[in-house]
Amino acid sequence: MTSPRTAVVVFPGSNCDRDNVRSWRAVTGLEAELVWHKETSLPDYDLIIVPGGFSFGDYLRCGAIARFSPVMSEVARLAARGSLVLGICNGFQILTEARLLPGALTRNRDLKYICKDVTLRVENASSAFTSRYAPGQVLRIPVSHGEGGWSASLRELKELQDQNRVVFRYCAPDGSVSPQDAPNGSLDNIAGVLNERGNVMGLMPHPERLAEEILGGVDGRGVFLSLLEAASGGLKR
Amino acid sequence: MTDIIGPWTEHGLTEDEHARVVELLGRVPNRLELALFGVMWSEHCGYKNSRALLAKLPVDGPQVLQGPGENAGVVDLGDGLAAAFKMESHNHPSAIEPFQGAATGVGGIIRDIFAMGARPTASLNSLRFGEPDDPRVKRLLNGVVAGIAAYGNCMGIPTVGGDLQFNPSFQGNPLVNAMCLGLLRSDRIFRGQASGPGNLAMLVGARTGRDGIKGASFASEELSDHDHDKRPNVQVGDPFMEKLLMEATLEILEAGLVVGLQDLGAAGLTSSGAEMAGRAGNGLRLDLERVPLREEGLSPWEIMLSESQERMLLVVEPRRAAEVEAIFEKWDLQAAVVGQVTDDGLFAVRLHGEVLAAVPAELLTDKAPVYVRPQKEPAYFRRLRQADLSAVPEHRDWSGLLLRLMAAPNLCSRRWVYEQYDHMVGLNTVLRPGGDAAVLRLPDSRKGLALTSGCNSRWVYLEPRLGAAAAVAEAALNVAATGARPLALTNCLNFGNPENPEIYWQFAQAIDGLAEAARRLGTPVTGGNVSFYNEYDGRAIQPTTTIGLIGLLDDVELRTPHFFREPGDLVVLLGRTLEELGGSEAHRLLTGRDEGPPPSLDLDLAAALNALLPQAAALRLLRSCHDVSDGGLAAAVAECCFPLDVGVELDFRLPVSAGAAFFGESQSRALVSLAPGAFQAFQDLAAARGVPTTLLGRTADHGRLTMRCNADVLSLELAELKEAWSSALPRAAAL
Repeated sequence: MTSPRTAVVVFPGSNCDRDNVRSWRAVTGLEAELVWHKETSLPDYDLIIVPGGFSFGDYLRCGAIARFSPVMSEVARLAARGSLVLGICNGFQILTEARLLPGALTRNRDLKYICKDVTLRVENASSAFTSRYAPGQVLRIPVSHGEGGWSASLRELKELQDQNRVVFRYCAPDGSVSPQDAPNGSLDNIAGVLNERGNVMGLMPHPERLAEEILGGVDGRGVFLSLLEAASGGLKR
Repeated sequence: MTDIIGPWTEHGLTEDEHARVVELLGRVPNRLELALFGVMWSEHCGYKNSRALLAKLPVDGPQVLQGPGENAGVVDLGDGLAAAFKMESHNHPSAIEPFQGAATGVGGIIRDIFAMGARPTASLNSLRFGEPDDPRVKRLLNGVVAGIAAYGNCMGIPTVGGDLQFNPSFQGNPLVNAMCLGLLRSDRIFRGQASGPGNLAMLVGARTGRDGIKGASFASEELSDHDHDKRPNVQVGDPFMEKLLMEATLEILEAGLVVGLQDLGAAGLTSSGAEMAGRAGNGLRLDLERVPLREEGLSPWEIMLSESQERMLLVVEPRRAAEVEAIFEKWDLQAAVVGQVTDDGLFAVRLHGEVLAAVPAELLTDKAPVYVRPQKEPAYFRRLRQADLSAVPEHRDWSGLLLRLMAAPNLCSRRWVYEQYDHMVGLNTVLRPGGDAAVLRLPDSRKGLALTSGCNSRWVYLEPRLGAAAAVAEAALNVAATGARPLALTNCLNFGNPENPEIYWQFAQAIDGLAEAARRLGTPVTGGNVSFYNEYDGRAIQPTTTIGLIGLLDDVELRTPHFFREPGDLVVLLGRTLEELGGSEAHRLLTGRDEGPPPSLDLDLAAALNALLPQAAALRLLRSCHDVSDGGLAAAVAECCFPLDVGVELDFRLPVSAGAAFFGESQSRALVSLAPGAFQAFQDLAAARGVPTTLLGRTADHGRLTMRCNADVLSLELAELKEAWSSALPRAAAL
């Protein structure tokens, strides 16, 4: 196994970029490189994290401007090549705007920003992003967003469900899923989804925020450990 | 004394002040110069009514690297690390336009922090509103919290704490006091000085527009019903622009490209330019045609007084200018050379080479008149001390009273507020909001930093000297409760019109109390802000001396949460409980009145407790520690039970009435839980420091909160109490 080469993309207004570098290091012992959004040519990274924040101030619509940054054509190129791409929060929003992931993220149901721990149920534990979790495992991971309600056409939703591409659902602490468990009003309680090929995932919750004991929990570590394994060649894509 | 209406009037100067300008200048100032004096000598910029008294505050200590007078104070944290922190008010803008007013308050204080070369790491805020049953108050509450959230969240700076109180005195004049703390290397403190004649002045960040013109003067007047037309005085914030400005600024500072810098806040280019020149003893010449404008046709005085947000003034050596421009270009920001440092001491404004104004910088910054106003003890002061305080002791339905109290606006859960703030970004928040103080871990260090901000406004009103001292003592105890040693403080002093002798008496008394407590508790004042004229239609607010205080944990792993951890632990009360119900939440709930003398403060006991708690934490004797304050012992117990749903079975005696035992707010008390095996060692430690202990009972697994004091019983189902506490604020805030 070789160490995966990892990048964290920095847009103007990204604010979880350094947090992801820090948690990636804390969990895997490896470094990740910060990549500026104006880059037009990237080396063949094995893993690219598109971090949270307010890229371009979230003006116009979350992620709508960031998708035109030069680096995004490189992210698309590497995704097509089979590199792993993880979008967290604003990163998820950017990946949906870039059509690398289905659906769209809309204003929270109660119209307020929400920052708190939520419980998630692992719906697909065989992906490159979740292999370290058990199917149905309940995780405690924070959300922090104003526009996190995932939405899509019923056809898209059905396709995701049929192809096992719903990765996380908001749930009650006992693992049961009902609409009030989604803090943002997400369709079908969806918190994270995969692309068709299974190498691009977006999620609204922040696994990097609970990846060290001192922060109050480690349920987020599994995402990074799964990625480490997959990007090191442990998983076939 | 009646003032003659002259050209100075529109700039907020009195006839006497104008005469002083003429005398100092040796000539009559022109209109633009008059405008410069008007804003620089306003209370907001010149502190003319407060400067003399503020000199009483203790500002020195071995930990202080930078005291008052700069953009922010700086204290040493050891290991080559330092913290820059400061607090400021944005009360009037928030009263007129709550979302933008609060947002730009946050933006301003953040700029003060990165102007010192520090990376902003955490924010706090202390808020005051009228009673929330008023729809106007609901709108203010929602707007202010959303505005703070919008700005801080976008910046990626966690908002980790603060306080919130409701009182009718704030109905038309809410308080928004925002604090920010940043981390920097202790050998890399930057200052707002225009050093080196010949160096360039560069204006960076947003373009200059017409917003917020004369905001500083507006802050120095009372509010009234006719203030809707002052909305154009309120600036509009752009947190995205500020995020870029912050990153670019930190990048140029890291590269060592800047001699001095300052943010543009109140009075915009005028105050930042004059202050930077004044501090360095130099002059500064500005060429206004070089200032990037948002729109055509701004007049020179508009450019000089604009309070457009997200701008900084840098002083740069000419040979470095190109590098500075390149970094700002990377962040898609403008950096324009707008002037030069001179050696003639003059703050000069030119337009296409024509000199429009030229006055010695020090006249603007250091020669504002200093007023020590007449003082008069307010009529209410003695009257309210004579209050009948029997309502609580005679109430007897202790369970019912606690249930109502925990759902009261001042005591219910603040979750509705802090869940709108991103309080985790940055991955440093290791004790989250909701406890006594937030705790941050420090990068590349074992240490931790505790932060809090707050004040009991009612106590400051009832007895300003005692109330201000109590605000310091409680903030220090909040920090000590987490296991940290109190280190230093900043403050925001909110009062009514200082020209009213009764208000000025409140202010003078409060300064004395603040000074005395800060000195005795070893927490020097590293900076602060005074906000006068907090009145609405002639009614002054309850004076509020908000204290922002930080403390240091030598080992962040020793941090102590405020809540009970598990059943079977011993619960111990520290400190002395006296028959003190004056100014209490319970008395107000039952009578609707703020009255009676606030509880006494023994600063020696406070200091002993502040030393005991970190020591006990370091010995790992404590499972939890919470200060006993608003709502008294019963409220403190409830707050310790809620987070992990741990019940209690307490049975104890105290030498006071049951009402005072449950709901009295005697100061310098803390509620701790500890494993039974740790009790003896802890008691010995407390005894050695002269801190009285009372064993109250144990935590329990039965889901009830039961307290027996003397012959009286208070007992409630925890779930019912928690529901009342949790649901109250969302319900009160609902529009």
